[in-house]
Amino acid sequence: MFDTNELVLNMGPQHPSTHGVLRVVLRLDGEKVVDADTVIGYLHRGIEKLSENRNWTQIILLTDRMDYVAAATSNVGYCETVEKMLQIEVPRRARYVRTILCELQRIASHCLWVGTHAMDIGAMTVFLYAFRERELILDLFEEFCGARLTYNSMRIGGLPLDIPPGWDKKVLEFCRIMDGKLYEYEELLTHNRIWLERTKGIGVISGPNAVGLGLCGPPLRGSGVPRDVRKDEPYAAYDEVEFDVPLGTVGDTYDRYLVRMEEFKQSVRIVRQATEGIPEGPIVGKVPRLIKPAAGETYHAIESPKGELGFFIVSDGKSTNPYRFRVRPPSFCNLQGLRTLIKGHLVADVVALIGSLDVVLGEVDR
Amino acid sequence: MIDSFVVPLLKILIVLNATLVGVTYMVLLERKVIAWTQSRLGPMRVGPYGILQPVADAVKLMIKEDITPVRADKWVFTAAPIISMVPALIVYAVIPFGPEVSLFGRRVSLFITDVNVGLLYVVSVASVGVYGIILAGYASNSKYPLLASLRASAQLISYEVAVTLTLVSVILMSGTLSMVGIVNAQYNGNVWFAFVQPVAFVIFFIGGLAETNRAPFDMPEAEQELTGGFHTEYSGMRFALFFLAEYANMIVVASVATTLFFGGWLRPFPNVAFLRFLDLIPSWTWFLLKTFVFLYIFIWVRATLPRYRYDQLMRLGWKVLIPLAIGNLVVTGIVKVLMVMW
Repeated sequence: MFDTNELVLNMGPQHPSTHGVLRVVLRLDGEKVVDADTVIGYLHRGIEKLSENRNWTQIILLTDRMDYVAAATSNVGYCETVEKMLQIEVPRRARYVRTILCELQRIASHCLWVGTHAMDIGAMTVFLYAFRERELILDLFEEFCGARLTYNSMRIGGLPLDIPPGWDKKVLEFCRIMDGKLYEYEELLTHNRIWLERTKGIGVISGPNAVGLGLCGPPLRGSGVPRDVRKDEPYAAYDEVEFDVPLGTVGDTYDRYLVRMEEFKQSVRIVRQATEGIPEGPIVGKVPRLIKPAAGETYHAIESPKGELGFFIVSDGKSTNPYRFRVRPPSFCNLQGLRTLIKGHLVADVVALIGSLDVVLGEVDR
Repeated sequence: MIDSFVVPLLKILIVLNATLVGVTYMVLLERKVIAWTQSRLGPMRVGPYGILQPVADAVKLMIKEDITPVRADKWVFTAAPIISMVPALIVYAVIPFGPEVSLFGRRVSLFITDVNVGLLYVVSVASVGVYGIILAGYASNSKYPLLASLRASAQLISYEVAVTLTLVSVILMSGTLSMVGIVNAQYNGNVWFAFVQPVAFVIFFIGGLAETNRAPFDMPEAEQELTGGFHTEYSGMRFALFFLAEYANMIVVASVATTLFFGGWLRPFPNVAFLRFLDLIPSWTWFLLKTFVFLYIFIWVRATLPRYRYDQLMRLGWKVLIPLAIGNLVVTGIVKVLMVMW
């Protein structure tokens, strides 16, 4: 008369904690997750295919729409790939400004992450604290390029505009504020007993397994794998600034949290060094009027806030648009780990894990 | 005629309306306090500093479409919010807001009634409220509410035990179950029970948070996991009833805590003669003031702490709070017997 069945619970695409339009189909035994199926594609806009019909400059604004909480990083990644194809030398000043923008963007993205991650676990105050600081970064970006979300802030060969006068002072002022505010987040979370219980030992993954799943960025470093494109294959001006790559030990949600919290500090450190050391000089290199790279294929990766963001572009050498355009999105690769991480945990941990992988669905689906 | 009928009726009217108004303003208070914690302003549009916001909220909820899902169990779906709301309101019958005072030349007691098993009444009526939540989750015929109602029933049953055990220690101290009697016992004993029963008070407060489904124990609602939990399928006025019941229960827990542990309507140091000028402040003001402090702490906790996970919450209840409460009860009993033997 009584038998037990697995409960199939559909989480998303409209659910407050799936960070956009992720859909997870959970199979539950009581509240325990037996299996999970990740369904993506609700935000697919065909950016890669569209790019094959745009000229090289027009693609920059499409890259904005991938990781919309860190648009400038995507811009830099794409522009550097094309520069690599054309073998353009980017002036030092432009490379420094790119470094500053990338790191500001990393802070903004991590602000959004810490806010939503804490909110998923129920600590709602951190969310508004983090957004308060993110707002300051958006103001800086607005002053630099006029936009607050989709910046279109790069050009092939350098920058569209020089930094406004006095902007560097404001960036340094922001670094000073941020140092103080990080303390507030840590005070609310890092040593909070409930936070520790909710994150320690949740979604543990060892270093080799993380590599095997193709995780990248903070989830990979949280498992103790020292892989950071900024250090391993420096781009922009990362070879000229000093910073550490924080690593976790256990590979659980708490370690991933600690890694990102430390990255906040390292990013502030990089921004400060780069801002103080901006050299004088031109902002755009020698770029041909008509961009038409020679036939061939190029792959170039950068470290976006979410992980390793790579662009693979094929040029046929004849047309003014790419023959093939392919993105290696870090969110997509990290999302692959979700199923492995979730198994055996409870429903409440599902949202904690989605938060700790920090995926942006715009980038997953493109 | 007047003493037996008109006065009690007036008192019921006043308490009922004051409670409902208090509950709506409790919502505003919560929004405001959380906003200040989060460096925001909170509601500012309706009236100066948003003080008319509760009116706007009430109107909005009343004119909203009242949806019953097609597959819901209609009768239970309708009854659930009522089962939730009614116990939350009738508890106020035994809560003493003040002692007997003379009003318009008449002796009037500032409580609706003083039952000799008042505390038992509070506990039993308050536990009926959980049926509302369980039935709401069941009747919605939807998965998220079902999970939420299972969580709610497990949570309320386990925390009820710890809370009731702490109440027994208080009964041992006062020797009576009457709410008025407990306050008088604190007056005669020269001390608020919070100072002789600190463990009981802490357990009561934590258990109270869990029983009213407040953060960090708001598992049945768990907006981020269960999308609103048991009231996912509710809208309009029926949703409002759940909402009001939660806040009414908060006020109940705060006022019971005040009565049992902080001397109810008594002013600070009620037996110290030179502080007699404090008697100029009416007794019910002291009661409301103390209750308000508790309500503020409820909100403060919600703004600060993350949410426990369901299994951790059960572990805390069964492995920490209940053994502590039993230990506290045993120690209280032994001390009490020793004192009598002396």
